[in-house]
Amino acid sequence: MKSTMKRHHVVAIASSVTLALSLAACGSDTPEKPEGSGTGTGTASGDCAAYESYGDLSGKTVTVYTSIVAPEDQPHIDSYKPFEECTGASIKYEGSKEFETQLQVRLKAGNAPDIAYIPQPGLLKTIVGQFPDSIVEASAGTSANVDKYYAASWKGYGTVDGKFYAAPLGANVKSFVWYSPSMFADNGYEIPKTYDELIALSDKIVADHGAEGIKPWCAGIGSGEATGWPATDWLEDLVLREAGIDVYNKWITNEVKFNDPQIAAALGKVGAILKNDKYVNGGIGDVKSIATTEFQDGGLPILDGNCFMHRQASFYAANWPEGTDVSEEGDVFAFYFPGMTADSRPVLGGGEFVAAFADRPEVAAFQAYLSSPEWANAKAKATPAGGWVSANSGLDPENLVSPIDKLSFSLLSDTSQDFGFDASDLMPGNVGAGSFWTEMTSWIAENKSDTQVLDAIQASWK
Amino acid sequence: MSTITESAASPATPEPSNFEKLDMRADKARVTLGSRVASVVAIVIAVLWTIPTLGLFITSFRPEADIKKSGWWTWFTNFNTTIDNYVEVLTGSRFELSTFFVNSIVITLPAVIIPITLALLAAYAFAWIDFKGRNILFVAVFALQVVPIQVTLIPLLTQYVKWGLAGSFWTVWLSHSIFALPLAIFLLHNFMKEIPRELVEAARVDGAGHVKIFFQVLMPLLVPAIASFAIFQFLWVWNDLLVALTFAGGDQNVAPLTVRVAELAGTRGQAWYLLSAGAFVSMVVPVIVFLALQRYFVRGLLAGSVKG
Repeated sequence: MKSTMKRHHVVAIASSVTLALSLAACGSDTPEKPEGSGTGTGTASGDCAAYESYGDLSGKTVTVYTSIVAPEDQPHIDSYKPFEECTGASIKYEGSKEFETQLQVRLKAGNAPDIAYIPQPGLLKTIVGQFPDSIVEASAGTSANVDKYYAASWKGYGTVDGKFYAAPLGANVKSFVWYSPSMFADNGYEIPKTYDELIALSDKIVADHGAEGIKPWCAGIGSGEATGWPATDWLEDLVLREAGIDVYNKWITNEVKFNDPQIAAALGKVGAILKNDKYVNGGIGDVKSIATTEFQDGGLPILDGNCFMHRQASFYAANWPEGTDVSEEGDVFAFYFPGMTADSRPVLGGGEFVAAFADRPEVAAFQAYLSSPEWANAKAKATPAGGWVSANSGLDPENLVSPIDKLSFSLLSDTSQDFGFDASDLMPGNVGAGSFWTEMTSWIAENKSDTQVLDAIQASWK
Repeated sequence: MSTITESAASPATPEPSNFEKLDMRADKARVTLGSRVASVVAIVIAVLWTIPTLGLFITSFRPEADIKKSGWWTWFTNFNTTIDNYVEVLTGSRFELSTFFVNSIVITLPAVIIPITLALLAAYAFAWIDFKGRNILFVAVFALQVVPIQVTLIPLLTQYVKWGLAGSFWTVWLSHSIFALPLAIFLLHNFMKEIPRELVEAARVDGAGHVKIFFQVLMPLLVPAIASFAIFQFLWVWNDLLVALTFAGGDQNVAPLTVRVAELAGTRGQAWYLLSAGAFVSMVVPVIVFLALQRYFVRGLLAGSVKG
């Protein structure tokens, strides 16, 4: 019922736009298109000034294909409304969890969607390599928006071989440690500001609560075929902190090898937490249980008071059971995974990218809209439950609802600090979505040694 | 091994023929399987087989936090029950579940009727009409069964896109029909062949043509075979995700129930606790169909398997 009403609404608007246009065309022989569309749509939704450059797209349809499914898809669909109302175009949304496979099947069969949200730059590279005739370079409007509102590095992630294909869409911050504010307050614990403080806090928790079987850390790296990715995020976060952004970026291109001493040092630091039986795995089991615990469940022992800290991205907010208060004073919240010193706060993050597979004007306009501040703000407003943030500098933080999203945005928009894009997403598929995952899993599950793991990943890099 | 030592130990007794040996062994098997021990074993296997389903059933009624934290067996000591999962599965999507139900039915019925209709006609021709190259053609059709459907997905989709069918129900109907036909023709052909030639010849002597023979002589005899294949095909199409996902996609106009169930868990799998309830919702219709048609099923399963 709800959806049919919405559809009628859109249809009504679309037809009223066409009607207004045709009336305007009948009234005067000189076609005044911009004015006609301005008055026709002005009544529909307040301010359409920002949308005038897209022109009149009534009767045009753009299909969007994404990996985002219910319930997270509704905010996306809602965020297209201002565009639909102002330009008259209609957007057809389709989400599938099988997106990564199905997109390639559809491209191969010539059944490409107009717009696709690519979750990893690595996949974008694959698609550009395999289907150079299907993918279309980003429209001029998109490119201009990205230059204006995004840091230069973000444009780089959407660029393959010097050609800019895909504009950044959403972003997430991975450098977070989830904790229970009330448990910290009850024990008089402070949020650590440096890595050393974090370790000191962990030791203090072991001293205070070790006897009760409560441990400082809990973790889970299980994720079906992708088991191991949360462990790769751990290593990435520590490479970023230990070795710095330059080494980090060289590590992505394999200029710095996996078995480089700097990477080994970072892995040693991860091991000091994840492979320390005193530290893990609060409320779940021993070190090995990390490998068998689904990442969705990895942080839940915090709610029972069996575990104090869980390092996971901002999107983990959606994994707390319904009714959990996610805020600074609430049941759970996250603090920034501290750097080596209080002043160095590098951020690890990821995001998805918008690629176009058709060069029709309405597709170009829609792609440009998705990279504009209008969209970012519309999306923020359409996401009442939170759990979404963008690196678009035109995004007004006031529109973000949840405290964790505000915190993420403040980290993302702090240009004085280094931002590292998820390394495993940028590495070649057989490493970033292959050996890196599996070797990190055996590092935990089979207690494989640091050097063996790093050598094995390096060996798989061809 | 044992037969060799046996025959070596007692050379005096006359050697039983191969057929007699087989008969004796079959008799032994019949007695063993019919005994009480066998019944107990069968019951134990049945219970073991059902336990996961029972666990799934209990899980589907447990609250989210319980599902995520403990196994279903802890339910026996901690009776927390809720129907929230079912409510969420039935109403949680931006489209009503009934949309997907209707889509599933719209997909399944033609995808069952089309191949059976075509296969009946083809099987009749293969069984009772003499034409040149009949055997070669039959073997070719039979051999098509070995083509795995996965290798046909992309070429078929390319073809549908060229014909402008992509995104409609036709893609799913045609694909399911194509994949079902070889087995359907083979099964129905064998069944038709079993019908005594005299019956068909008598009808022919009485002046019946192919149409009359097909409808009035063969059809009434074919009901069990048709029903059993219909169940097979119904269950296969109803439970199919691969074909529906590839050809119909996630578009709510054509996507069946399985596509919705596959997406229940959410983008990052955070709602996986809904899957058990989703499984039971999608199971309802196949179970009804199976129970309604099961008396044909056992009879029909034997169709074409033994010639006697």
